Amino acid sequence: MLNRFFKRRIIVILISIFTLLSCKTDKETNKNDSLFAINIKTQGQVEAELTAPPFVPKPVGKRKATKLTVNMEIIEKEAEMTDGVTYMYWTFGGSVPGSFIRTRVGDEVEFHLKNHPDNKLPHNIDLHAVTGPGGGAASSFVAPGHEVVFSFKVINPGLYVYHCATAPVGMHIANGMYGLILVEPEGGLSPVDKEYYIMQGDFYTEGNNGEKGLQAFDMNKAVKEQADYVVFNGKVGALTGENAITAKVGETVRLFVGNGGPNLVSSFHVIGEIFDKVHIEGGSLINNDVQTTLIPAGGAAIVEFRVDVPGTFIIVDHSIFRTFNKGSLGMLKVTGEDNKTIYSGTQSDNVYHSEGGTIQSMPIDANKKAVAKPTTLAERISDGKSIYNKTCFACHQANGEGLNNAFPPLAKSDFLNADVNRAIEIVLKGKTGEVTVNGKKYNSVMTAQTLSDDEIANVLSYVYSSWGNSNKEVTAKMVAEVRSKK
Amino acid sequence: MKFFFQIVFFFILSSSCQNASEKIDNKVTKSVTLKNDSIWNFTSKTPMVFIQSGTYQPLYGVKNKEVKVSSFLIDVYPVTNQEFKDFVITHPDWRKSNIKKLFADKNYMFAWQKDTILPENLEEKAPITNISWYAAKAYCDCQGKRLPTVDEWEYIAMADESRKDARKEESYNKMIISQYEKPKTYLNLVGLNPKNVWGVYDLHGLVWEWTSDFNSVMITGESRNDFETDNNLFCGSESVNATDLMNYAAFMRYAFRGSIKADFSVQNLGFRCVKDTILTKKN
Repeated sequence: MLNRFFKRRIIVILISIFTLLSCKTDKETNKNDSLFAINIKTQGQVEAELTAPPFVPKPVGKRKATKLTVNMEIIEKEAEMTDGVTYMYWTFGGSVPGSFIRTRVGDEVEFHLKNHPDNKLPHNIDLHAVTGPGGGAASSFVAPGHEVVFSFKVINPGLYVYHCATAPVGMHIANGMYGLILVEPEGGLSPVDKEYYIMQGDFYTEGNNGEKGLQAFDMNKAVKEQADYVVFNGKVGALTGENAITAKVGETVRLFVGNGGPNLVSSFHVIGEIFDKVHIEGGSLINNDVQTTLIPAGGAAIVEFRVDVPGTFIIVDHSIFRTFNKGSLGMLKVTGEDNKTIYSGTQSDNVYHSEGGTIQSMPIDANKKAVAKPTTLAERISDGKSIYNKTCFACHQANGEGLNNAFPPLAKSDFLNADVNRAIEIVLKGKTGEVTVNGKKYNSVMTAQTLSDDEIANVLSYVYSSWGNSNKEVTAKMVAEVRSKK
Repeated sequence: MKFFFQIVFFFILSSSCQNASEKIDNKVTKSVTLKNDSIWNFTSKTPMVFIQSGTYQPLYGVKNKEVKVSSFLIDVYPVTNQEFKDFVITHPDWRKSNIKKLFADKNYMFAWQKDTILPENLEEKAPITNISWYAAKAYCDCQGKRLPTVDEWEYIAMADESRKDARKEESYNKMIISQYEKPKTYLNLVGLNPKNVWGVYDLHGLVWEWTSDFNSVMITGESRNDFETDNNLFCGSESVNATDLMNYAAFMRYAFRGSIKADFSVQNLGFRCVKDTILTKKN
């Protein structure tokens, strides 16, 4: 009897020990638990490294949680939106987007927000990484010539947007007051070869896209969500030409991508790459093998991919008119050895007949009915125009004006008019690398065009006869000569 | 809180307006001619205009409930550097080197290296800035004037060159917002912006201006706890109490007022005075 009683007791004790133990192990292993993060003790105090886009501070790696001092200055300043167009930006740290802040879970951030005395307006900061009312906005409201200090503990890992939240909120964001704060998990993100910081934003200017001079913010367009500029990193061309981000074949690239808005949602895409890994919405959920990832206004994503072949990869908002007409175009330049297995380039270019591969003989009367081949110069130019509108228009634009920092102009182009054979060769074989057109450098890629000699002659004759060019007539014979050279 | 302000108020009244001419710097008395008959006369140059009483719908407040504004006189220009220099010559308590810490932060008269000598980069006829609420209030009090209330200021500031209330005009709002975006306008001279229909200059486009009750909309007691009011300025809730959604310019003014405290001395913040008339009705 007694024995039985003891047995029971022992079982009860064993069970309770067991459950206690399992509770303990549960707590230790679940490092994503916010309770776990809240209880992380900090060691020491360091000043946070802040960087302007497209660069990011050093990874936290195995660093222990610490007291992190962030010194952020708000500066209102005029800067270039695109060639000949300036805008009065309001910035965190002097850049749009603002300085990148890199923390780890458990860090206690002591945030010093300074409003430059020359500034006209009060500002504040709402960090989406903050747990607390207003994301810090209520505690960080700062008049010009003042500095406020507030502190917060980062609990949830992820990539977060911060922005100004002073009335009128939309206007403060529309003028560039946003950036990213990264909270790395315990032990840091996995190491990669290259990391960059890209943030999209939409701008609303009094003049239309391209109208010169200092452009004021247009409230009505902002309310109607009719953006004049949609750009990466605050201006047209912030990531093209000399400003392009770079990598070498075989490297893994990680992009911290944010969207400041204020209005538009981004369909973020890198042409010719597939994202191996996407931290969806900047959080812990990872999706693999993604072509285009949606980034909401006031949201972010971390995308990672290994670059396997060399070339220029165009970074776009795949809401594509924004890219070709409003500026959301960047470039990733990858250097290194070709890998023909992964990407061959054009291998052959043969005539295609829908009836099959054998040589077709056309009935004679059908031949007669076929559209007459253009012969006079006027006819050829007219034919060239339709070819242009199908083949060249997307990059060089309707009136040959090109796109700033991406595609050189054909209108009044010194480069074009200088050498007709060179122009023919570029259409035939494509062109990669730097060219200077009308005093501006372009470093882009034009693919070889699969057009016949006649078509090339016609489209070039159209281009030469238009937009203030030299009226040079290009014949099929000239094209054939260039083609036969090599 | 009210009690505290009353004490401060009496303190200012009793301390700031004493005739303190006995302490004028020797260097300065040589270069500045002071008439001995009165210490008030340094401001007699500032013209004032009469503002007819009326009602208006404030940005923050009960919907469809208009606020009455009684008639008053107002300075047509903001107070200038020259005028404030004359004031500190006769009122040493408000000089940069003498100002009590309670009454102004470290930015008080920031550019002024000597108490009574105008810094080289500032024009005599440009508006005085980097002045605390206490100093602005003392300046007006000492001439038998006072700072305008937010309602009085907003009432006259909704006018443009031809209308008493131009707030529905797109051009009026655009003009003000573009002025708010222009940097360093505090260096410009007073009176260069077109006068409004009341005959008042520079309410927009030059500097922000102190009002007597600048903190009444946002800060009722302990501001951080007062979510209902304070939070109007932050994410999301800005539109809840606003009666005129498109009046972004006014949002910016209220935001500015909400960001300052009475001892703040801000580079873009000046002031002007108003005066009661026989017709002015006290609430």
